Amino acid sequence: MPPKYHVLSVLVENRAGVLARVSALFARRGYNIYSLAVAPTDDERFSRITVVVDVEQAPLEQVVKQLNKLIHVIKISELDPRDSVERELMLVTVKAPAEVRGQIIELIGVFDGRIIDVGHDELALSLDEHPERLDDLEDLLRPFGIIDLQRTGRVALPKLERS
Amino acid sequence: MNTNGGQALIKSLELEGVEVIFGLPGGAILPVYDPILDSPIRHVLVRHEQGAGHMAEGFAHATGRPGVAMVTSGPGATNIVTPLADAYMDSIPMVVITGQVPLPSIGTDAFQECDTVGITRGVTKHNELVTRAEDIPMAIRQAFHIATTGRPGPVLVDIPKDIVDPMNPASAMNWHWPTDADVSSSMPGYKPTTKGHPKKIKEAAVLIATARQPVIYAGGGILKARAAEALRELAELTGIPVVTTLMARGAFPDDHELCLGMPGMHGNYTAVTAMQQADLLIALGSRFDDRVTGKLDGFAPGAKIIHVDIDPAELGKVRRPDVPIVGDCRLVIEEIIKALNALGGQQSRMDITPWRQQVSGWQEQYPLVYEQSQDGDLLKPQYVLEQLRDRSPADTIVASGVGQHQMWTSQYWKFNYPYTWVNSGGLGTMGFSVPAAIGAKVGRPDRTVWAVDGDGCFQMTAQELVTAATERIPVKIAILNNAYLGMVRQWQEMFYEERYSEVYLSPDLPDYVKWAEAMGCIALRVESPDEVGPAIDKANEINDRPVVLEFRTDASEKVFPMVSPGTTNDQIDVGPLQNGLGR
Ligand SMILES: Cc1ncc(C[n+]2csc(CCOP(=O)(O)OP(=O)(O)O)c2C)c(N)n1
Ligand SMILES: [Mg+2]
Repeated sequence: MPPKYHVLSVLVENRAGVLARVSALFARRGYNIYSLAVAPTDDERFSRITVVVDVEQAPLEQVVKQLNKLIHVIKISELDPRDSVERELMLVTVKAPAEVRGQIIELIGVFDGRIIDVGHDELALSLDEHPERLDDLEDLLRPFGIIDLQRTGRVALPKLERS
Repeated sequence: MNTNGGQALIKSLELEGVEVIFGLPGGAILPVYDPILDSPIRHVLVRHEQGAGHMAEGFAHATGRPGVAMVTSGPGATNIVTPLADAYMDSIPMVVITGQVPLPSIGTDAFQECDTVGITRGVTKHNELVTRAEDIPMAIRQAFHIATTGRPGPVLVDIPKDIVDPMNPASAMNWHWPTDADVSSSMPGYKPTTKGHPKKIKEAAVLIATARQPVIYAGGGILKARAAEALRELAELTGIPVVTTLMARGAFPDDHELCLGMPGMHGNYTAVTAMQQADLLIALGSRFDDRVTGKLDGFAPGAKIIHVDIDPAELGKVRRPDVPIVGDCRLVIEEIIKALNALGGQQSRMDITPWRQQVSGWQEQYPLVYEQSQDGDLLKPQYVLEQLRDRSPADTIVASGVGQHQMWTSQYWKFNYPYTWVNSGGLGTMGFSVPAAIGAKVGRPDRTVWAVDGDGCFQMTAQELVTAATERIPVKIAILNNAYLGMVRQWQEMFYEERYSEVYLSPDLPDYVKWAEAMGCIALRVESPDEVGPAIDKANEINDRPVVLEFRTDASEKVFPMVSPGTTNDQIDVGPLQNGLGR
């Protein structure tokens, strides 16, 4: 199945205003950014911006070429989801009264996630996984009552060659 | 600490070779205006910051060197947004310095604060807010490097007041002038490709050698790359006819037998039709603008495309090329010539004589035409332009505004030298011509500089003639006064059933002669054909102050040929005088 979204990994100079320049290029064309993650790389002079946009909405060639024209953009790779490893972090607070608490603890165990905080009637969970696995957990938790949920946006790297 | 930010800024401009700054001071930029008094750099004080921007553009058009403008924060900065957008669209090298409120005040809605970098992000090649005095020399070096290399364009440097104000400790710094190597290593993401890919160049040569109906589609990139000589060599080697877009007028001499002139919405029949019927378009520094292609899916349907541009984003943006080449036009053309020679001599190439004959046939059948006015009628704008062209030196620099007069100027002038046409192409900025002509004259004081302006355009920036008179910059302005926003009137006549909405301006209000005189110019009104020549001769003799000639022209005259919006170039309308000539 062809991917429904593009993942762009944009290596930029780590300085003020770069994110605004990058996002302005999408905004100008009316493309909605689906998710966005920004953080410095191992070399603190540079940051990596991972942008996810809808394929149908955004014919990417022109955007990529325009992004390349930004002085502070160093390199852009378009990551095909089939050839890359992707992760996203989700934090979620869910209602967990005594009678269902066991089920929730079991569920997060199945997903290899963690319990990061415990309240009287609530649990806070974290999961870093492939974004689709986050979707699954979210669906399964919903019937218990989600109080708060925050996802980070996807980060990705190319899959390593094996030959 | 051996200097301050303000002095460092001016010294940096001097070291970048700046000879003239067009500008107007104000609170935030005040500290920078003080060291100007001690600098060899000339400052031209404008009457509106838009004028400063267009003057810097005109200077760059005429000289190929970057134009420089300096304005204050807030309204000074917003007033120069239009010239920035204009320079961005037409790839004009320009550096604009804006004052900004002191760093600690940024974001507090301080007096005359605006988010200049935010506002101008989309209309500059690059912009930067400098936050430390010691960064100023590098910011200026980067600005000039970015503005003038790769695809040229405007760069804005926003300078907070505290880092240039000697009274403020934040301005203290040690002078340090970065080397070329420092500049390039400071911008790891900026490395324009100038040399074309050898494989693509070979492919281009093969396509050229095997084409039967080729056309060279020369754009403004030829002028930016200083490639006029190389273009001529390519055309003469291959015998391929050349069209020069609105931005490329003068890049190939109009009097050359291979020159077809301007293509596009108001291009001549031959240039438009040759492109339309070509089997190969060699696009050199041109960008398939909608005003050139007409309705895109009907544009040059049988043509293969070689597209050479220094900006990779242009390749495939509008029309997918068969051979894309990223590179500097001059270098790439030189390589294509070598590759063609390597394929063999004349015999190695297709004989294009039949094509050339077909093209000449169109030229004979469809020259530009107009009907001379009857006695007592208003002047024909085309006649005024012919007279202006024939009575002015051959290397005259011509600027124009935007509208009918602009199209007639491009059509009727004979551009035989590069860098003689100063015009607002991509943005179509009314009010461009008066300040742009002033900038061009400052850059080329040895040349006669005419601005051909519309009455509507003139009213937008005429006050810069005060600047010209004060600074003794003897430009010449020809107003084609048709009492209308003529181009809009033409569209209302043709596409809105002659329902004229808000386009009438009046021939007499303002009184252009009195107005020009009040601004320190010599001015004449010209109403009949026999006055046209003598008035132009008189204007051409005046060299100590600006001159304004007001020509009363016929508002009913329309620009032809015309490709109506939404139609293909095959549907070109040559106008009533030539319709039915048996196409
Ligand atoms: C700043 C700006 N506003 C509006 C327009 C739209 N426009 C294009 S041509 C034109 C009429 C120009 O009138 P004039 O200067 O008298 O020239 P003419 O067409 O009559 O020769 C107008 C309003 C524009 N190009 N630029
Ligand atoms: Mg007019």
